Amino acid sequence: MNHWIIAPVLLPAMFAAVMAMAMRHDLLLQRVFSVAAIVALVMIATGLFVTTLDGTVQTYKLGNWDAPFGIVLVLDRLSALMLVMTSLLAFGVVLYAVGSDWDSRGRHFHALFLFQLMGVNGAFLTGDAFNLFVFFEVLLIASYGLMIHGGGGMRLRAGLQYVVMNLVGSTLFLFAMGTLYAVTGTLNMADMALRVRDIAPGNEALLLVGGALLLIVFGIKAAAFPVHLWLPGTYANAPLPVTALFAIMTKVGAYAILRMYTLVFGADAGAVGDFFAGILLPVGILTLVIGATGVIGAKLLPRQASFSVLASMGTLLIAISLFSEAGTTAALYYMVHSTFAAALLFLVLDLVQDSQGVTIRAPGGLVASLFFAAAIAVAGMPPLSGFLGKLLVLDASRGLPETPLIWAVILTTSLMLIVGFGLRGSRYFWKPLDPNFTNPANLDADGEPHPAHPIKPLAVTAAFVPLVLLIMLTVAAGPIMEVLQDTALQLRETGIYIEAVLGPQAEG
Amino acid sequence: MEALLAIIIGLQTAGGLYLVMRLRTFSVIIGTALLTYSVNLFLFASGRLAINMPPIYSKYAEGYTDPLPQALVLTAIVISFGMTAVVVLIALGAFLESDTDQIDVRRDPQDLDLDPDEVPLDVDSREPGLQEPKGDFAQ
Repeated sequence: MNHWIIAPVLLPAMFAAVMAMAMRHDLLLQRVFSVAAIVALVMIATGLFVTTLDGTVQTYKLGNWDAPFGIVLVLDRLSALMLVMTSLLAFGVVLYAVGSDWDSRGRHFHALFLFQLMGVNGAFLTGDAFNLFVFFEVLLIASYGLMIHGGGGMRLRAGLQYVVMNLVGSTLFLFAMGTLYAVTGTLNMADMALRVRDIAPGNEALLLVGGALLLIVFGIKAAAFPVHLWLPGTYANAPLPVTALFAIMTKVGAYAILRMYTLVFGADAGAVGDFFAGILLPVGILTLVIGATGVIGAKLLPRQASFSVLASMGTLLIAISLFSEAGTTAALYYMVHSTFAAALLFLVLDLVQDSQGVTIRAPGGLVASLFFAAAIAVAGMPPLSGFLGKLLVLDASRGLPETPLIWAVILTTSLMLIVGFGLRGSRYFWKPLDPNFTNPANLDADGEPHPAHPIKPLAVTAAFVPLVLLIMLTVAAGPIMEVLQDTALQLRETGIYIEAVLGPQAEG
Repeated sequence: MEALLAIIIGLQTAGGLYLVMRLRTFSVIIGTALLTYSVNLFLFASGRLAINMPPIYSKYAEGYTDPLPQALVLTAIVISFGMTAVVVLIALGAFLESDTDQIDVRRDPQDLDLDPDEVPLDVDSREPGLQEPKGDFAQ
């Protein structure tokens, strides 16, 4: 057994606990340990990713109990990819939080941040459905703390709505788990996949109910229509660096859909058929349309950015709903892209908000150019990877009966995103707050207009981290696509996963 | 017995859902608590109902009941207990900050009570340590 598999869960858990107990009053020490832990996470995740490149699926039996009796962690290409993505994103965000002093505006920022990473990593690694629920709760309870970090009436209120929404979601998750356990008699995902394939006649309806409940739960996490309503308020009111980290939260939902609905309710489960694919496609299209409409309509930049996240989730769900090799490859590429793009956008918005002066909105061209780059990435225009991602999704959906609909929606909404960002961006960056420059209130003692606030060097550097990752994703698109294609193939070959978890005798 | 339990779970869930959709945080919290109680019963029933059967090995047992749902219920109870504590604290914080316990509150200026320390919402909701929100960031 490769003991490194559990490191992405254990390492942040231990660091966070020590930080919360022993370093409560020393922000500097917290910062050093937090950044060190995340750098270690990046290295561990990269190492694990390299070990999965040969196509093997590795398992880690907790307490050395054999599956399906004990809980297993499973490391395959998909989970390794998600781990790398999470740790790289966390690296940029934690640097930004340190550089912009956001972490000093409330207590325990770094501890909560690491607990959140623990939950996210655990959700990506676990091979047990109930354990997935537990890790969801871990990441949620940390996200509640992060969401209301810094306080303020509006933020607490938005936080309360977010918490209540997720509490109801968790309850629904338990209802789904109970139903699935009652039908299949197991909670191990690989074992459940086998039992679903030869489900007793008469139990199909109960199975579909369980699967549909589960889809609603993951839909809440992924902010899919019609349970997307929590997202704009939460993202716009949370501290913006925290929102940048939350870019991974919607992807946890997308990952869970990808995992459960290929492995358990996938093509091999005869009783299910393409029931769920048929639901996911309209859901994705509606989410995309709502997100794009919101981007045009929103008046405030953070709110607009939140709606753009909704639009990217819509595109992602469309790609996932194809459940083909090309579709999944496109979904994976777009998922990596949209995570970094959303993080970039929110970090830049915080930079804008932070450096806004009395009369001038943002200092010079650097912050405005960063916003421009982020908008290009999110809207999916060349030269950044959003364009490639959308192209892949369009290409993957070619030759289906629904092709005209998918193409029309994706292309129209792309235009809406460009118009929305162009509108708000030009209004915001090209128009001075108070055009009356002779107003004495706008002038300092020397008669010069007040300059914008100086930007913080470390914060700007940190905002460049997701941008550099996006550029790498674009430049190295060829090799990355090969890896993602293998990942999509492995996801479809459910036999490898099941055999790795349950042993060779279980097949057949 | 199955019918009785199903009716109880159904009524409790319906009550919980109704309360969750109320406007005041207090009833929303009670609603989530009701929902977690009913889901615990539901999980318990997912291992089939059995009377007088032990869940673990016993020399004199004639049969066994499924022990796994009981473990799941324990986990769910612990988690929902913690979550309820968190939501109560956040609700208290929101109440103290904005002086109302409506879940979607935008206070009407006329509704402010006569407390001299009262500050209107647009002043109250400002970020501590941040400049006054301007332009496209203003609420």
